[in-house]
Amino acid sequence: MLRFVVRRLLAMVGVLFAVSVIVFVVFMVLPKQNPAQTLAGKNATPVLVESIEAEWGFDDSLVVQYATMMKKVFTGDLTSYKPRIPVDDQIKEGIPATFSLTIGAAVIWLFFGLLLGYLSAIRAGGWLDRILTGVSIAGISIPVFLLAPVLLYFLTYKWEIFPNAQYVDFTEDPYEWARHLILPWFTLALLSIGFYSRVLRSNMLDVMNEDYVRTARAKGLSERQVMTKHVLRNSLIPVITLFGLDFGATIAGTAIITEVLYSLDGVGLYAAEAVRKFELPPIMGVAIYGAFFVVFVNALVDIAYAYLDPRVRLGESASE
Amino acid sequence: MSTEPSAERGPWSLALHRFLRNRLAVAFLALFVLIVAFVLAAPLWANHVADTGPNQEHTVDTVTVDGEEKDVVTPEGKPIGPQWFGAGGKFFLGADSRLGRDEMVRLMYGGRTSLQIGITAALIATILAVVLALLAGYFRGWVDGLIARTLDVIWSLPVFLIGLSLGIALAVGGLKLGPLELSSGSIWNPIVVISIFTVPYIARPIRGQVLALSEKEFVEAAIAQGASPLRVMFGEILPNLASTIIVFFTLMIANSMLFEAGLSFLGAGVQPPSSSWGTMITVGVELLNIQPLLAIVPGLMIMLTVLSLNIVGDALRDALDPRGKARMDAALEFEAHGGVAAGTHQQGTAAI
Repeated sequence: MLRFVVRRLLAMVGVLFAVSVIVFVVFMVLPKQNPAQTLAGKNATPVLVESIEAEWGFDDSLVVQYATMMKKVFTGDLTSYKPRIPVDDQIKEGIPATFSLTIGAAVIWLFFGLLLGYLSAIRAGGWLDRILTGVSIAGISIPVFLLAPVLLYFLTYKWEIFPNAQYVDFTEDPYEWARHLILPWFTLALLSIGFYSRVLRSNMLDVMNEDYVRTARAKGLSERQVMTKHVLRNSLIPVITLFGLDFGATIAGTAIITEVLYSLDGVGLYAAEAVRKFELPPIMGVAIYGAFFVVFVNALVDIAYAYLDPRVRLGESASE
Repeated sequence: MSTEPSAERGPWSLALHRFLRNRLAVAFLALFVLIVAFVLAAPLWANHVADTGPNQEHTVDTVTVDGEEKDVVTPEGKPIGPQWFGAGGKFFLGADSRLGRDEMVRLMYGGRTSLQIGITAALIATILAVVLALLAGYFRGWVDGLIARTLDVIWSLPVFLIGLSLGIALAVGGLKLGPLELSSGSIWNPIVVISIFTVPYIARPIRGQVLALSEKEFVEAAIAQGASPLRVMFGEILPNLASTIIVFFTLMIANSMLFEAGLSFLGAGVQPPSSSWGTMITVGVELLNIQPLLAIVPGLMIMLTVLSLNIVGDALRDALDPRGKARMDAALEFEAHGGVAAGTHQQGTAAI
């Protein structure tokens, strides 16, 4: 186990390094124009460009430039230029909303995804299974681009059931916090509800054919015990890895789009506004911090997975 | 099973037969063809019906609806709503914003852009992936190590976030990479971003297949006959990958379109004044409470296109590889992680 953890953490450090190099290349090397000009954004004054040039040291060698960038990122010295605001403060301000959105959505999608998947697996082939299959496929197919405007238009503007998603802090008013987040939660969760219920269903159907399930039945366990203790439990293991990957991908992907669609004051909206103003330092900050977070979560999930399923850590040393 | 004529017909003809029997897939293929026809008809509609271009502004113009003169944009800045055929097809879906551009014309031209980006990016990603997978799977050793590790790293990145960064960096500063030079507003910027970050989703499974195929007798025979590595890779192994490549290419178009929509929606893809379905949603959402269709129609177009491609792709997989039913779930997983903009799909997509 220890060997696996060490290997996994080393791989994580490798990926983190790759992330930082990629971000560096993306912002400093690839653009055709002078990087100072790029960082200053469109229509920047020559004075600003010059000061950025001096600040970042674009005359230095690439290695020194990379070191400068990493220093700025980790000392919280990254600032946006119009107006001059520290990037990390802005990101910190957005974190409560972003985490409320993504963690809440993750709880919802896990709960409903697993519930629907379980129900459709134990009734495989029946009418309930068919209805649930239809629902999940519809859920998988609706992009947030469509779901959010439709929900917003009908439930917020037309029938005024839910408020426009201004973020209300949980400590201020838990009820309002939840009420403002219901639509974004649902928007973010729907796709995964559909997907997870499909995955759990097919995992369970596979596991039901295993010998140990037959043994469990043969020794006289009730159907409910067989299903929950033997089938469900063993079907959940692959779902955990999937969840780790998806949670990361959601935070660094769909959550940004969802925040923008609902104007929810999180990190994603901050990044999107920076994109719209063509301001690069905030995006650089969000990309690096976000990527580090995602890579870290993925490593943790892999370790948890190896802990739960010994085949993974044993297979790791056998393969390659 | 017994009804299937198998002896005289080749595998492709059998696959076609199986595909055509899948009525749902055929219906969605027809829908996709309709969507393509719809966007290809953009200049016809623009010149003969709407009499305006996709980027032409009508801030102070009026339009005659049923003999009545109406402002395209009211003095308060509210654009005209859908007129359907009331104005002879002009402003069929209304105007897009206070700029007063014809929404229908923009929808058709925007669809062209979205499909063009989706198809080109998927094509580039597929070609790159196949070449990399062939090299890795055939030569093995350090070549494979290098390619496989690189793909692993891209795979474990938060692709959409990095893609967004690259998209905006290119949108501001253009691109200069050796002989490749792109200006800041180029449609090739999102194509480059999308194709780079989607390569691993195709290359990883195909590499596995190449590894398996290169153990086969026919490859050994070819090598024994003195065939060059190029000949073996492209002449012997590649044809055996054809069905996998077709399936992945179809699914990848859908995936790339979602990725593009995500990038463009956030402003890091297609740059104004050009439209794509993603940018149209950005504009439309601002007016959601008064003109909901402005955001919903392009969203619906994205959904229909992606859905039809996914269903056709799945049906192709079933038709080309009837024994591979078990792989359906692998495909679902692929969509979720590849659909980076949709969820992962990133998820992975979702992606997306």
